[in-house]
Amino acid sequence: MSGGIRQSRRAFLATVAAAGGSLLVGFRFASAADGRAGSTALAPNAFIRIDRASVVTLTLPYVEMGQGAYTSQAQLLADELDVGLDQVKLEHAPPDEALYSHSVWGGQITGGSGSLSDSWSSLRQAGATARALLVAAACKQWQVDAKSCRTERGQVMHPATGRRIKYGELIEDAAGLPVPQKVPLKTPGTFRLIGRSVKRVEAPAKIDGSAKFGIDALPAGVVFAAVAASPVFNGKLAGVDDRKARAVKGVRQIVKLDDAVAVIADHTWAARKGLAALQISWNEGANANVTSAKLIGECDAALEGEGVVAKKVGDAALAEGKAASTFEATYRQPMLAHLAMEPINCTAHVHAGRCEVWVGSQVLGRAQKAAAEAAGVPLKNVIVHNHLLGGGFGRRLESDYVSQAVSIARQVDRPVKVTWSREEDVQHDFFRYHNHSKVRVGLDGKGKAMSWRHRVVGPAIMTKFLPQFFKDGVDFDVVNGADGPYEFPNVLVDYVRREAPEGLRTGNWRGVGHTRNVFVVESAIDELAHRAGEDPIAYRRALLTKSPRALAVLELAAQKAGWGKTLGKGRGRGVSVMEGFGSYLAQVAEVRVDSTGSVRVERVVCAVDCGTAVNPDIVKAQMESGIIFGISAVLYGKVTVANGRIEQSNFDNCPVLRMHEAPRIEVHLVKSSADPGGVGEPGTSAIQPAVTNAIFNATGKRVRDLPVDAGFLRT
Amino acid sequence: MTTVTVNGARHEVDVDDDTPLLWVLRDVLKLTGTKFGCGIAQCGACTVHVNGVARRSCVTPVGLVGGADVRTIESLRGNAVGRALQEAWLDVAVVQCGYCQPGQLMSATALLESNRSPSNADIDAVMSGNICRCGTYGRIRAAIRQAAKRLDAKGGGAS
Repeated sequence: MSGGIRQSRRAFLATVAAAGGSLLVGFRFASAADGRAGSTALAPNAFIRIDRASVVTLTLPYVEMGQGAYTSQAQLLADELDVGLDQVKLEHAPPDEALYSHSVWGGQITGGSGSLSDSWSSLRQAGATARALLVAAACKQWQVDAKSCRTERGQVMHPATGRRIKYGELIEDAAGLPVPQKVPLKTPGTFRLIGRSVKRVEAPAKIDGSAKFGIDALPAGVVFAAVAASPVFNGKLAGVDDRKARAVKGVRQIVKLDDAVAVIADHTWAARKGLAALQISWNEGANANVTSAKLIGECDAALEGEGVVAKKVGDAALAEGKAASTFEATYRQPMLAHLAMEPINCTAHVHAGRCEVWVGSQVLGRAQKAAAEAAGVPLKNVIVHNHLLGGGFGRRLESDYVSQAVSIARQVDRPVKVTWSREEDVQHDFFRYHNHSKVRVGLDGKGKAMSWRHRVVGPAIMTKFLPQFFKDGVDFDVVNGADGPYEFPNVLVDYVRREAPEGLRTGNWRGVGHTRNVFVVESAIDELAHRAGEDPIAYRRALLTKSPRALAVLELAAQKAGWGKTLGKGRGRGVSVMEGFGSYLAQVAEVRVDSTGSVRVERVVCAVDCGTAVNPDIVKAQMESGIIFGISAVLYGKVTVANGRIEQSNFDNCPVLRMHEAPRIEVHLVKSSADPGGVGEPGTSAIQPAVTNAIFNATGKRVRDLPVDAGFLRT
Repeated sequence: MTTVTVNGARHEVDVDDDTPLLWVLRDVLKLTGTKFGCGIAQCGACTVHVNGVARRSCVTPVGLVGGADVRTIESLRGNAVGRALQEAWLDVAVVQCGYCQPGQLMSATALLESNRSPSNADIDAVMSGNICRCGTYGRIRAAIRQAAKRLDAKGGGAS
């Protein structure tokens, strides 16, 4: 962008320039930096380019990992700009933390179900402004009033005279016009694309093998690496005997890192064969005796420790003193791996003081920084080519594998693709760590909750991930939703931080804090309903009088599920309700439990109010996705440690839900014109207690420790 | 040198006979549509057709493939059943992250080629070998049923 740029004075919008035969409209996605003192520059951080052929290109800071960002973001722009979705081309924004910071997270992050809420107003405003400019340019040519024109599929039309002109023919004129100041946005009644279930823009490439994921990068001259990191967390490489490995056909080189060893070869199999032929010795270090029992014991002990108050309403202790009875229960949630279908991989080339990286990452800016540090080159010398992500689920919010690949590439004279085996992927994950909770509730004579106390024990992921969300000793995420959407007269949520041993890496996992806390809250509420002798829906209803949106989804789910209708023997129905990510969800699960204790989820009814559903079918797909992901976790999800090593390794001993186990899922959307909420994560959060509550309904047995233990349910 | 015939083209590849077909396809022949997921025939992401039969290419040594006709996702469009399934996949909006879908489509094609009107149980029996972490199972089932119906209406659709 060069001279001649004019910028509007308002905070939003916009710079307009004719550049390289295109109309370039720059604008800002609201950024975390915007509110800070001295941030007056307001450089545009997103661009719409309209070229002479009327092709609209949007540079998008969000990555596509299955959640539908490419499609729904394009819908926002195309609707206001009045072009067809097929006329919009998407380009990935390059890594730039300052420019592309998410408005809430404060980094170039695709996660937290936050992309749409981030762009909802800014992207539409940008489209509307660009459209207004193009209309103004046409009006000037035709000497007509803007009100007498309309726009459709990238053309300005003047119906009275039958004239029409393509956007591409207006770009020079439009670039010379003043940027309009207050452009009204469409209202729900006039949306053409927003609210429609248009097909995903990248789907055709995903059904013919042409879609390029990180693992598909093949820069010229690329060689292939297999890697083994220390099986004990924080262990170091002690020595390698590589004589046999070097004899493997296709093996080129052995690369040693502090904590890992890699074999470089002509293809991945030769590399893997070479790796298997290495005799490796490790310095196992301090973690060699760590077991899951020890970690679980530490979290249990922390339940009795001193907590930091995260939320306080009224006086829970006083209320407990006056209570007719109290309820207390402990819930334990295990360590979990992410198991994205695309195993962790990264391709890197370090040469002549520069570094080039091909990867699928949820955090492009961080990936670039990690690469620069590992390569020992300035940030500006690092190019990151981002690709489609074969699943993220929080794993690709980390950049360890970028650092590792670049460290390996530093020792290789050409581009090297590092592909982790599935075993490596499982055992060197950034795990969802153990989370334990204790709930104590003071009840009146009728079993109504007068006080809610929830002690949360878990790691403070935010200290590493987004430090601004760790404040006064409390991790915002770990306690998020710890009292549910309910109105309790007295609340005390406190937090005892318990970290994994150093080297056992922990991170975000789909649904984050809500996935842990909705399980606890909705399990406990279900127990309270049972103690009070009340129907689980009715009990919740009475606590939701001040949350109409939560109440509405609860009622809708109950009605669609046929709540109250009897089920056959061994079958049960359970409910959960939640608020999170700006959305409201209720789910009813139906399960069948057989005499061996095996659980099958047969049907799930999900009601969701996510505000404006920009693409209702993508919302439904995200609910289905979250539900399946959550059922995998509630029934099977568990990663355990013995001798400082992860015991699981692949899908054979780390099972996930398969088609024959998948329930019938019905998703019902509540019509709403509120701003869009997140939909990628809450489905996972809500399903777990719906399933365990259904198991209770079927068997009378209360599952408080996840995953479900068939032995406990056997009859 | 080992000779393989992939999507109708013959290739000489200089790899050990025990090299799984998957890595020959992806790394040597640069046909990256076939995906690596687990390496132990647990997830189905690497599914290809060898003489029309669905095989997990991650555990199929190239030395055992011999002169067989190997078909990958890149040539699925040339197969009437495959094309019908691809259309149904788009129609039902199956894909999310999309990584497992080449394998899902190859498994589904093999299923419909041997059984033109599969029951739900038939579909589950074949497709339960393919894992999808985005949870697209319900839509895959629906898409297979839709493709089967359309092929049936066309009265054939053999490749």
